[in-house]
Amino acid sequence: MSNQAIVADPLNKIWDFFTSVRLTIVLLLTLATTSIIGTLIPQNQDPTAYFQAFGGFLYRLFDLFGLFDMYHSWWFQLLIVLLTINIIVCSIDRISANRKILFVKKPTFNLARFRNIKRKETFKDDRSADQIQEVCLAFVKRHFRHHHVEATDTGTAIYGEKGRWTRFGVYTVHLSVVLLLIGGLIGSIFGFDGWVNIPEGESVSQIRLRSQEQVLQLGFEIRCDDFDVSFYDTGAPKEFRSSLTILEQGREVVKKDIIVNDPLRYKGVSMYQSSYGKIPSNKLVLSFTSVKTGMIYTREAGLDQLLTIPEKLGTFVLKELRRSAKFRGHDIGDAYVGILSPPNADPVEILLPARFPSFDKMRKGEVVIGLGEQAQRYFTGLQVASDPGVWVVYTGFILMIIGCYITFFMSHQQICVELTASGKQTEVIVAGTANKNKTAMATRIEAAADKLAKSNPVA
Amino acid sequence: MNSSGILSIITFVYGLAGFGYIFAWIFKKKSVSKAATWVAIIGLAGNIIGIVLRWVESYQMGFGHAPLSNLYESLVFFAGTIVIIYLVIERKYNNRVIGAFVAPIAFLAMAYASLSPNISDRIQPLIPALKSNWLIAHVIACFIGYGAFAVAFGVSLMYLMKQKSSDDTGSIMNHLPDIGVLDELNHQLVMFGFLFLSAGIITGAVWANSAWGRYWGWDPKETRSLITWFVYATLLHARVMRGWRGKRTAILSIGGFAAVMFTYFGVNLLPGLHSYGSF
Repeated sequence: MSNQAIVADPLNKIWDFFTSVRLTIVLLLTLATTSIIGTLIPQNQDPTAYFQAFGGFLYRLFDLFGLFDMYHSWWFQLLIVLLTINIIVCSIDRISANRKILFVKKPTFNLARFRNIKRKETFKDDRSADQIQEVCLAFVKRHFRHHHVEATDTGTAIYGEKGRWTRFGVYTVHLSVVLLLIGGLIGSIFGFDGWVNIPEGESVSQIRLRSQEQVLQLGFEIRCDDFDVSFYDTGAPKEFRSSLTILEQGREVVKKDIIVNDPLRYKGVSMYQSSYGKIPSNKLVLSFTSVKTGMIYTREAGLDQLLTIPEKLGTFVLKELRRSAKFRGHDIGDAYVGILSPPNADPVEILLPARFPSFDKMRKGEVVIGLGEQAQRYFTGLQVASDPGVWVVYTGFILMIIGCYITFFMSHQQICVELTASGKQTEVIVAGTANKNKTAMATRIEAAADKLAKSNPVA
Repeated sequence: MNSSGILSIITFVYGLAGFGYIFAWIFKKKSVSKAATWVAIIGLAGNIIGIVLRWVESYQMGFGHAPLSNLYESLVFFAGTIVIIYLVIERKYNNRVIGAFVAPIAFLAMAYASLSPNISDRIQPLIPALKSNWLIAHVIACFIGYGAFAVAFGVSLMYLMKQKSSDDTGSIMNHLPDIGVLDELNHQLVMFGFLFLSAGIITGAVWANSAWGRYWGWDPKETRSLITWFVYATLLHARVMRGWRGKRTAILSIGGFAAVMFTYFGVNLLPGLHSYGSF
């Protein structure tokens, strides 16, 4: 035995292992049954939740097999890789085994094979051999792409063929599955999947990734100009809408309102509406009570924003939030500090402690300043993702549908119309073969024979 | 009368058709089976009218959408799909015994929709996640697939019963189509269903990508639909490549339909994005 044969033998064995359709069946059924687990155990939850649900022993056992993120576990991925190799090897093996059928320039026909077909149609025709041959040839030409007339030992045979290419349908489906997996791989290597919350009026340039505890710089800024949520009368949400602006170095480049199912795409990054919430606003609601008239005026105010108090009571500016503010040596907790400038007096510092809303009454001034509830504003929660593999996947999707249709409903068909002189008449035998759905082919042959027989105007 | 009123009557029409087919098969009454076909056609017409009317009603309520958005509406559509597929087969194969095995499935789907206290027949506005042009394509593709698999399930049951029965000429099993015809019909239906299931999963994936930025997320419903796809892919490969016929493919077809049911109703086991009505 030569060295080459020894090396080739184990390779052949591996190749043979992967050409087995039995392997395909085992892999498909294993994938089907094991996949059930992940639809019964919630995936990617907090470990403590699992521990509480299953107890210590089962938790460790499930964790060992990666059942809490089972579709990304080593053994599940291995099954998918094995199936992929199986698909590729089987397809190559079958294409090379059938290359004489798949790749031919001029189809050949085997008369004996047609003569052996059990279900064929025979009728006798009064027309001359030439006449009937013309009619039959016209019929075959009309319905079959290739046609060919040949003399036989008893007369003439007219052959027709079509749909040889449909034999590639099944390989198209296999290719589509491989494309889906390649597209998925491209996405997981070169893409990202993250999220970001943006308060109304603010912008961000980085997002949090879902898989790792990591932030990602986008290279541009996303600003949320506005967020709105509307509800139906039933209380169910009707629409979540964020008005977004993309900024490149501070310059506005794109503006779009996004809703669920209508994302914003920019430079290969897509921004999806995924959640929302409320946060305290950076504005405060202040109340100014005029001691003289008893009128209460409320105003929203941000830091360093000059407010003019009505009734010519002066102006007020909010300066800062002071943590653990002191008043006569006592800690009064967090307090906002502002400057009140009455019209004919010196400016005074005003303390507005969060804990004591009517604190300013003690000052006994002409105006009492109070701290109202903090104003609230929305933030929008965006899913921010980039997947350069998605077009490979979509190509796979299209090929899969086309491939399934070809594989299931189209076939490679051959027809043979044999003409034999029988006394003054001509005997016509119509037979056909198809690589799939032979019952339907037999029906088609029946219809063809019927049509040819009826084409005789005399009969 | 409103659409849900019509549809609850259709439940009984389908029930009557199913009863007629079974009665005609057991007591060998051809006239009854012909009548059952007419009852089924009337039921289908009512089913379609109910769906169209529900569509109109949703517009009258001010939040119009295709009636394919919750469990009730999907069951009604499912029942209609089963009956359409069945009637086409009845015409093509000229055999009404199949109806005895298929019409009851449509009846059960409709009865579950109309009579179960857990299923609301109220027309509800669409939540933001469902507002998409993909909704119609996705649901229709999935349920044509499910409908074909349901009929294949009935045909597979017939296969197993016929295969077990003796060749006794008096047996009612004699009126079942030939065993080879049943086997071929099962195969045809599974191919048809597989094409539409694939289209359903694909439209769902494209939709998910436009809504959440991912075409596949191993959500329980997605995974179960993939399990169903694996089971039927197994059947197709076993039949074409390994020559499995008859009993084994009938059992796989029944197993596939069990996977369909698990996909369809398993939503309550683990809540996900498909648990009808909540987001």
